[in-house]
Amino acid sequence: MYDVVIIGGGITGCSIARELSRYHLKVCVLEKEADLCCGTSKANSAIVHAGYDAKPGTLKAKLNVEGNVMYSRVCKELAVPFKRVGSVVVAFSEEEVADLKVLYERGLKNGVSEISIVNQEELRALEPNISTQAVAALYTKTAGIVCPFTLTIATAENAYTNGVNFFFNAEVKEVRVLAAHNGRFGFLLKTRVGSFESRYIVNAAGLYADLINQMIGGEPFSLIPRKGEYCIFDKDQGYLAKTVIFQVPTKMGKGILVSPTIDGNLLIGPTAQNIEDKQDTTTTEQGIQEIITGAKKSVPSFAMQKTITSFAGLRSVPNTEDFIISADKRVKGLVHAAGIESPGLTSVPAIAKMVREILEEEGLRCKRKRNFHPYRQPIIRFSELSPEKQRRLVRQNPNYGRVICRCETITEGEIIEAIQRPLGARDLDGVKRRTRAGMGRCQGGFCGPRVIEILARELKIPLNQVTKCGRASSVLDGKTKDSGLEEKGGWQ
Amino acid sequence: MVGYDIVVIGSGPAGLAAAASAYKEGVKSILIIERDRELGGILQQCIHNGFGLFYFTQDLTGPEYATRFIEKVKENGISYKLNTMVLDITSERKIIAINKEEGLLEIQAKAVILAMGCRERTRGSINISGTRPAGIFTAGMAQRFVNMEGYMPGKEVVILGSGDIGLIMARRLTLEGANVKMVLELLPYSSGLTRNIVQCLQDYNIPLYFNHTITKIYGRDRVTGISFAEVDIKDKRPIAETEKEVACDTLLLAVGLIPENELSKKAGIEIDPITNGPVVNDRMETSVEGIFASGNVVHVHDLVDNVSKESEVAGRNAAKYVLSHKKFPSIKVKTVAGHGVLYVVPQIIHPQKMEEEITLYLRVKDIFKDQRLMITIGTEQNPKPIHSIKRLIMAPGEMQTINLKREHILKGIHVNDAAGIDTGLKLTVYIEAKGERKDE
Amino acid sequence: MNREIICINCPLGCRLEVTIEEGKVAKVTGNTCGKGVEYAQTECLNPTRTVTTTVSIKNTLYALLPVRTSKPIPKDLVTKCVQYLRRIEVKAPVRTGEIIVENILGTEADIIATKNLEAL
Repeated sequence: MYDVVIIGGGITGCSIARELSRYHLKVCVLEKEADLCCGTSKANSAIVHAGYDAKPGTLKAKLNVEGNVMYSRVCKELAVPFKRVGSVVVAFSEEEVADLKVLYERGLKNGVSEISIVNQEELRALEPNISTQAVAALYTKTAGIVCPFTLTIATAENAYTNGVNFFFNAEVKEVRVLAAHNGRFGFLLKTRVGSFESRYIVNAAGLYADLINQMIGGEPFSLIPRKGEYCIFDKDQGYLAKTVIFQVPTKMGKGILVSPTIDGNLLIGPTAQNIEDKQDTTTTEQGIQEIITGAKKSVPSFAMQKTITSFAGLRSVPNTEDFIISADKRVKGLVHAAGIESPGLTSVPAIAKMVREILEEEGLRCKRKRNFHPYRQPIIRFSELSPEKQRRLVRQNPNYGRVICRCETITEGEIIEAIQRPLGARDLDGVKRRTRAGMGRCQGGFCGPRVIEILARELKIPLNQVTKCGRASSVLDGKTKDSGLEEKGGWQ
Repeated sequence: MVGYDIVVIGSGPAGLAAAASAYKEGVKSILIIERDRELGGILQQCIHNGFGLFYFTQDLTGPEYATRFIEKVKENGISYKLNTMVLDITSERKIIAINKEEGLLEIQAKAVILAMGCRERTRGSINISGTRPAGIFTAGMAQRFVNMEGYMPGKEVVILGSGDIGLIMARRLTLEGANVKMVLELLPYSSGLTRNIVQCLQDYNIPLYFNHTITKIYGRDRVTGISFAEVDIKDKRPIAETEKEVACDTLLLAVGLIPENELSKKAGIEIDPITNGPVVNDRMETSVEGIFASGNVVHVHDLVDNVSKESEVAGRNAAKYVLSHKKFPSIKVKTVAGHGVLYVVPQIIHPQKMEEEITLYLRVKDIFKDQRLMITIGTEQNPKPIHSIKRLIMAPGEMQTINLKREHILKGIHVNDAAGIDTGLKLTVYIEAKGERKDE
Repeated sequence: MNREIICINCPLGCRLEVTIEEGKVAKVTGNTCGKGVEYAQTECLNPTRTVTTTVSIKNTLYALLPVRTSKPIPKDLVTKCVQYLRRIEVKAPVRTGEIIVENILGTEADIIATKNLEAL
């Protein structure tokens, strides 16, 4: 019997898991995909917002600012790269300057520190490549950029080290509310990989949180998937933005931004399109055109031929217009952390704390562990070591002497580590998210075959069982000499 | 720190030919650094024939062509390291490389020859809409799997791009039992050899659709199909009404090659924005003294025979550079791509220092039938014709080569004794407009 | 009988119209040079192809050995030839030019290795 079952292995579920792992509790995370970080957490703007955007008095406003402050410490403990590069909201007209003032006031109300309005000259000093049409900007120093995959995975690894169990391919199919006695209640959750009994459920199921809620019988809420398309550029375009460059926000969201990524690429996007299909992460012709046009408004000089890839993510937009972080009113023991759209990524450290507090209010006794280990050892980034450290490392372990990903200089040693760690990679995307192999300009052209070989060897499976992201996504078909043509009677 | 006279980066046809000719010229201290498991580069996976028709006057397969040069390297005892990746190179010719056995290596070279070849353009960089499932391969990656690792990429295949690699893979996959449903080509013509159109597509009844492109990819975990459409001839945008869908489980992309110049940039070498390779002079030396380059890393070739020839120039001259540090003056002439020409390599000629005969390599922008390539030299205001050659047909997919003798070039200019000064002299190659010539 | 083929001798790629009467090439039009006529003859009456493929190989760096026919074989035997070779397995070491299968399908062409592969 678990104390808490968390449904969802994205950044929200993993952060809650880590928070709960500070206490003497039996906790597990049920993730429906083959790996962590497969939903919204892997396809977003990767921004830690300052917090002037959300309406004062909302959870979004409160948790954004709280979360922002907590980020430095969390990333330090988890050894996750994070940089407070600052952000600018750029105005292109006098009306927009008035909008900046509104955001400024809102920022002050929400408790944002180090926020100011800068004029054209100051803006140009901050952002030499900003469009000449920009007239002023709202500048905040506390905004930052992070790697959402590294953060999600690091958070989970640390939760695991501190005793949380993780189950994959564990889509929750049925939840039975167990009969309450003596004020005690509980749930039985059925998944493909087994049944789980738990006193509490935390619903951090991302896009599917409304369906999970429905399954359990909680007070209804709905989530609309909102698609955002993005485009990533080669690192040699990274210099074009020094801060996260926003435009004045609209009803649909924060608009098209231009941002450096923590690894030095340039990111543009997202669009904001409400859709119906919770699985539709297709990129579209119009979407890409929209983000290019939007981005060029802020930074006209990025080179289209330096595109590395484009992708799309879905945010869950709650019908309540604010995060749904509360104990369910109908079902005792059910706590939601749903509708975590922007500024979700920024807020998670504070969301996790809030969820734990709600669980305590609902009767969960949280006794602090004395031996909680907040620190996590990162996967060695060979390319970032000094030559002396590199030399020593290769001598200790020759696998670090074989470079597999040419574009990002990732060695076999790092890839093996990514696979062999607890909650390690089981497929190409898993290796990519943990090591960056395959994220470079050749998009896996050189490293792909070699990573497949390493996965097959380490996981002891044949090459053609290696998948891109679990399920039916095997990369290779049969052996060249094996396609059963003889039985078919040849071809033609 | 270890020292070599010449270090060659890459052991594909460019690196091998350069090393062999440097050795022939008299330099014995040569090291070839190769990141793969064996010498030969991309030729090892090009198991089809058509290589060496000019260089050896024989019809060889890729591996056979590579073997000839590998044997020369081994016979001459030229050193090489396999499974070794070059991480960095400075303008002072210091190289940092790494492998399992020796760890981090620091190598000081007197001269370097860059022969890293090229990489394939990806789905990501051409932004095809749709999902991002497994089953999308660049043609070269699929070729490696089919011919070396021994796995097929899939069963029902669509190929985008009708350059030679796309055509070759259409045949290869068909012969090994896959069903290649169609080849789609954005342009109104193929940049591949006619022979491949006949022997790879027609022989197997594989349809080829010109002026078509892929508009969307479907499939969640694995490709399940694609949409394709005709494109407008002028702006290349898909015509919505012509969009059709076809089921498939594999998509092969043969959409272009890009010279691999990350290392060149690290050394501060000037890159030509049209070729995406280093600016080189007639001796295949880059803008950094003592660093030479040849093969696909300079500009993407169609014929390996030209790669070998070009690399011999690089190897020979890298050796000459090492053997004699004498600097003698020469004026500099820039080559210019004129009307109808996309680019010319080498980009710089030193007429007083050049070899007796050099080869100009160029690509034209369009298909030209029965027209003349003109070469002039001089200032912009005063160009003097020095050579012209008529060709029955010139196409963008076929690299043109022109041999020029030093005496012809010297005849066209007034040599003064200023050394290495950019005198503003230009050697322009252009296509003569039709009707310009009155007598034939 | 009329057939339309593309000449592959040079980049012009002339479209040839070939008239075949009583098993002989009676007329060729569309060619720009004599090579076109020669090509029309062979391609229509006795088309041949060089076959390049791979065979399985054990005990070496890779799973496959690239091979070729030592000379072109009749076009209509290509599929059979490749099908036959799919069942062949050899063992390293192998040298370039080594005969893997002699006189494939009675064509007098051999299947030869096109690469050196050392035994592990």
